[in-house]
Amino acid sequence: MLKIDNLHAQVDGKDILKGLSLEVKAGEVHAIMGPNGSGKSTLGHVLAGRPGYTASAGTVSFMGQDVLQLETEERAHLGIFLAFQYPVEIPGVSNMEFLKASVDAMREHRSLEPLDTVSFMKQAREASKAVDLDPAFLKRGVNEGFSGGEKKRNELMQMMLLEPTLGILDETDSGLDIDALQVVANGVNAMRSPERSFILVTHYQRLLDYIEPDFVHVLSDGRIVKSGDKSLALELEEKGYGWIEDEVA
Amino acid sequence: MADFIQTLLAASNTQVPAFLRQRQDSGARQWTASHMPTRKTEAWKYTSLHALNRDFCAAERSGASVDQLGLALPDFGGSRLVFVDGFLREDLSQLDLPAGAELVRFADASSSQAERIAAQLGSVVNNEQHMFANLNDATLADGVFLDIAANTVLETPVHLLWLTSNREPAFTVNQRLLVVLGNNAQATVIEHFTGNANAAFTNGITELVLADGAHLLHHRLHLEEAGAMHIGGVHASLGRDSTLDSFHLALGSELKRIDVVINHHGAGAHCDLNGIYLLRGSEHVDYHSCIEHTVPHCTTDEVFRGIIGDQASAVFNGRIHIHPDAQKTRAELSNKNLLTSTSAEINTKPELEIYADDVACAHGATVAQLDEGMLHYLRTRGVNRDEAEVMLSYGFINELVEGVKLESLQDFLRPMLAQRFSRDPRLTRHLA
Repeated sequence: MLKIDNLHAQVDGKDILKGLSLEVKAGEVHAIMGPNGSGKSTLGHVLAGRPGYTASAGTVSFMGQDVLQLETEERAHLGIFLAFQYPVEIPGVSNMEFLKASVDAMREHRSLEPLDTVSFMKQAREASKAVDLDPAFLKRGVNEGFSGGEKKRNELMQMMLLEPTLGILDETDSGLDIDALQVVANGVNAMRSPERSFILVTHYQRLLDYIEPDFVHVLSDGRIVKSGDKSLALELEEKGYGWIEDEVA
Repeated sequence: MADFIQTLLAASNTQVPAFLRQRQDSGARQWTASHMPTRKTEAWKYTSLHALNRDFCAAERSGASVDQLGLALPDFGGSRLVFVDGFLREDLSQLDLPAGAELVRFADASSSQAERIAAQLGSVVNNEQHMFANLNDATLADGVFLDIAANTVLETPVHLLWLTSNREPAFTVNQRLLVVLGNNAQATVIEHFTGNANAAFTNGITELVLADGAHLLHHRLHLEEAGAMHIGGVHASLGRDSTLDSFHLALGSELKRIDVVINHHGAGAHCDLNGIYLLRGSEHVDYHSCIEHTVPHCTTDEVFRGIIGDQASAVFNGRIHIHPDAQKTRAELSNKNLLTSTSAEINTKPELEIYADDVACAHGATVAQLDEGMLHYLRTRGVNRDEAEVMLSYGFINELVEGVKLESLQDFLRPMLAQRFSRDPRLTRHLA
């Protein structure tokens, strides 16, 4: 599904990813862990096509397409979804308008008719219920005045409505209390399927108690330096990142 | 003085109701004695009157149908007067007024109405500060008078539509409206200017007189496009504990200059003033607002937002003047601008002049471009860049559109504005 080979990327001219390789097959859940500044968030942004994040070498192929050549919205149409660590607030554009425009854009790409307003509202209300977000939030400006936890739930709700092939969660767990964490985990687990994959970018092992990954990778200085199964996450929790960096050195 | 007016002056002093003649004479005298403002005149610094340098003739009566005029005639319920090129079209107008409410043309005024018009007309607008009011007086042959008696509540809106049609040669239209609300009277008024004239110059003055406790929901829509030129304004006088809720919208055209002057004359008066201006091409809109707080305990909430694209240029000058006696005033003014092109221009100047010491006032202005972070976020959700730009632009003014209290007007504005943002319906589908 996703194949990243020797990816080098720069942010504002500074090298952040320095030869990252990763393969994600359909249905797999990969956790990417690593210390601050190792390039975890950069990976998500490069995959989603954020301006200013430029790949200088390497390839990224998703569903057989060269992702790096695609516009941001084309990547979304192809099924890549990034749940932002810091979702932006958009006053004046209601969450409902925004979600409907997104869902319609995706459906258009799949040659489906746009949803009628009633069916869409029904779906949106169900999704908001599933992430434990008051439907009143649908009428508010996108993320406007939402708390940190509400923004994360809103990201999850979007993911549910857009049904991506690959969901990348960028530190979705940070700043969440246990209840909210559980809501996020339940949402992701409910969406897991043989056709859908996830990349969970996280600092802490805590999220992985709720969403069991197939693989755990440690990112350090722009590269994956160690991969393993979920037990690697527990080891990291116990020993920190220092021992891996020592091992690599 | 510009030549164009000579023809007008010659044409205008025919068939004028006697009670207007004196006003017309003095207007003509003042106008002839004054000089056309230049870019060195502070109040006209960023607005050129060059477009007025051509020969205008007086407007002629048109019998064109609604279709021929390209007029989308919205139905807000209530009463409606339609003027085409300054002439009333009775076939397109309707009256629905309760006892205590009168809506009449100056030309048709009874002697009692003429007396009331003569007593109030020109009482709010200050001709010395607004020289085009002299021109309006000078060419004044007709106007509209809405009078709501004390304690009368007008439930349905009064819709006044002025259309300038696309005719040659260039012509001028005089617009005048006088609204008088008695003590505790209530009314809703929509002033609506429209048309795609190639070259029509409208010179308008609206005066709003609110007696104590009166409540007016006022809307002024400048939807004239293309070569339409409009120099005019709204001048309001607010009595004790009265409320003026005023919404303004201007689409750009060749030249628009709109003055909004609010005089708080009675303690406890409140004014909500909201406005939107949308420009593209090489259009020009100039809004000048001036709020005079002369008495204590009055409040003003003013918000204007503009979106300027292409090579268009806009001006916003918002002045709040707190006089020495206006203690306990609360006044806020905000002006935000979105430039969607690197050649677009906005000259904004919020002014706060305070001579009282116990007041709470705030004012501010911002100029920004579309936020790249927001655009990116929308695009990661599959929305293409063009649609994302429309969403964000519309979002910039959406709050003000939603603030329009008259629902039927909101329903009219929404699709009209959507079309203004993009002719491609796919880009505005989220607004449907």
